[in-house]
Amino acid sequence: MNAPNPSGWRPAMGDGVQDPAQLTASGDRGLMLEEPLIFELGRPGTCGVDFDEPAGEMLPGLARFARKAAPALPGLTEPETVRHYTRLSRQNYAIDLGPFPLGSCTMKHNPRLNEKVARLPGFADIHPLQPQQTVPGAIAAIVELADWLVTLTGMDAVAMTPKAGAHGELCGLLCIRAALEARGDARAVILVPESAHGTNPATAAFAGYRVENIPATADGRVDLAALTARLEPDVAAVMITNPNTCGLFERDMKRIADAVHAVGGFVYCDGANFNAIVGKVRPGDLGVDAMHINLHKTFSTPHGGGGPGSGPVVLSAALAPFAPLPFAQVGSDGVLRLIEEEDALTAHPHSFGRMAAFHGQMGMFTRALTYILSHGADGLRQVAEDAVLNANYVLRSLDDALDAPFGEAGPCMHEALFSDDGLPEGFTTLDIAKGLIDEGFHPMTVYFPLVVHGAMLIEPTETESKAGLDRFIAAMRSLAVRAQGGDPSLKSAPHLAPRRRLDETLAARKPVLTYAG
Amino acid sequence: MTTYYTQDHEWIEVDGDLGTVGITDYAQGQLGDITYVDLPEVGAPVAKGAAPCVVDSVKAASDVFSPVSGTIVAVNETLADAPELVNTDPETGGWLFRVTLSDPAELTGLMDKAAYEAFVKDL
Repeated sequence: MNAPNPSGWRPAMGDGVQDPAQLTASGDRGLMLEEPLIFELGRPGTCGVDFDEPAGEMLPGLARFARKAAPALPGLTEPETVRHYTRLSRQNYAIDLGPFPLGSCTMKHNPRLNEKVARLPGFADIHPLQPQQTVPGAIAAIVELADWLVTLTGMDAVAMTPKAGAHGELCGLLCIRAALEARGDARAVILVPESAHGTNPATAAFAGYRVENIPATADGRVDLAALTARLEPDVAAVMITNPNTCGLFERDMKRIADAVHAVGGFVYCDGANFNAIVGKVRPGDLGVDAMHINLHKTFSTPHGGGGPGSGPVVLSAALAPFAPLPFAQVGSDGVLRLIEEEDALTAHPHSFGRMAAFHGQMGMFTRALTYILSHGADGLRQVAEDAVLNANYVLRSLDDALDAPFGEAGPCMHEALFSDDGLPEGFTTLDIAKGLIDEGFHPMTVYFPLVVHGAMLIEPTETESKAGLDRFIAAMRSLAVRAQGGDPSLKSAPHLAPRRRLDETLAARKPVLTYAG
Repeated sequence: MTTYYTQDHEWIEVDGDLGTVGITDYAQGQLGDITYVDLPEVGAPVAKGAAPCVVDSVKAASDVFSPVSGTIVAVNETLADAPELVNTDPETGGWLFRVTLSDPAELTGLMDKAAYEAFVKDL
């Protein structure tokens, strides 16, 4: 116990800075604190609280599973434990520290009002196994949020239980499979365009389908001719991300949906980018049959380590009968009740089953509903407008410094896409991303989407101010200028971060996943 | 022995009815450092255009498509411990799998070295 990291390897420190172990007695550098693993801290036998000695005989109920030796827990006092995690948090970067321009992730501000409402005891201190008549307010909140999602998308129903985006995709595809099987028409293939989200083919394969790719056109959208040429009776569904991962609106969506419906297939829309069109476009009007909504993106609930995802799925009239259990419904007597397996035979006989034990991510429902109610319809429309405005501001402020592959085609939606075309020989997208760390920003999404060489996908979100965007743009421009000038120091960035450039290849080829032995 | 190339940047070196398959130097350069190779099972049948093998790099996981139909008869076991061979020696020591050709006529649609080099130049 308390053995130091046996690999002995420590990432390199900043340029021109001696290893602090040789510079200071403590090993820290100013207020930049070095921090060992928690298992390397403390002393055996130390404990933050005093436990009573067990009284009486131990019951032998665990038989051979009873522990024979004490667990190898680190021995720390409470203040040591608090300091450990606070020190680690100071090495982290978070949305509360600065912009998080990760394209496709929608890392926007998490309003504090959401947090206040989610902590109300009527929402925060309840349990999913409580009798439903003791939690009518919570059920009403779920139903109110569900109504908003159905209204905003122009669909017929919504399954609230999926826990995140890819879980929602699976829910949508299971509804499609149930609908096809119910008419005795099981099909084998799901078409996924190159410009779709990466999780789409994985979900289709997981749901038991064979995935076929549809190419993108030169302007970064689904190739309608290639898609319609492939539409045969074995196609169960098409999965389309709209707006797509190139930050472009799929203008042919309605024509695609009509063509898919004409051969008896369904249209799944990946709604991860709904924040760009919320209040402006209703996917139901475009012929979508199922779409998940990332509450943790469009509706501002925390994610990326700050909170769980939540991926309700809106459904067309054709798919609604197959939605998963449980769900809340207002009965003919005006009373809210939950439809579970006991009532399903009469109330909802075609359900494909259950996606989750309970009713979904309640803590995310209360936050998303707060966000919707505090914005109102006009505010939500402004969310989409400002998200698109900010992305286009970034695109047009940098398209003379970096190659914008679809810049000629017109405005983008909520994210600006650049490529490494035009960076001088020897400089890569990774160098720009690492340089951004020195500038004090979290890097953008890199090397995705795959259809663009050396992609840099920047999603500023609507919550960044113009002043904040100008600072980011100035940093990006300076990095592009340094690359054009052949600045060799950019090749080894970051220089000012707590750690130098990490060896990602070594980490992937020979990962060290244990701290000892 | 003749080597053929595909538009998906695989090469196949054919000796009688035995083909050795790998990815081209251009492909490894585009993928970046290879971190893992998911090899097919020996004895498995494979169809032309199917993806029996996946190459993981620091940037992406990429399917390797079989240029021909046949049966997998050998895989390059050294890649389990040394995936970097695909980067350093892509067109010889970094080969991926060997396949017996069930239909040698499938080779006619592939490119020779000169045609592939011209194809890559235009990308």
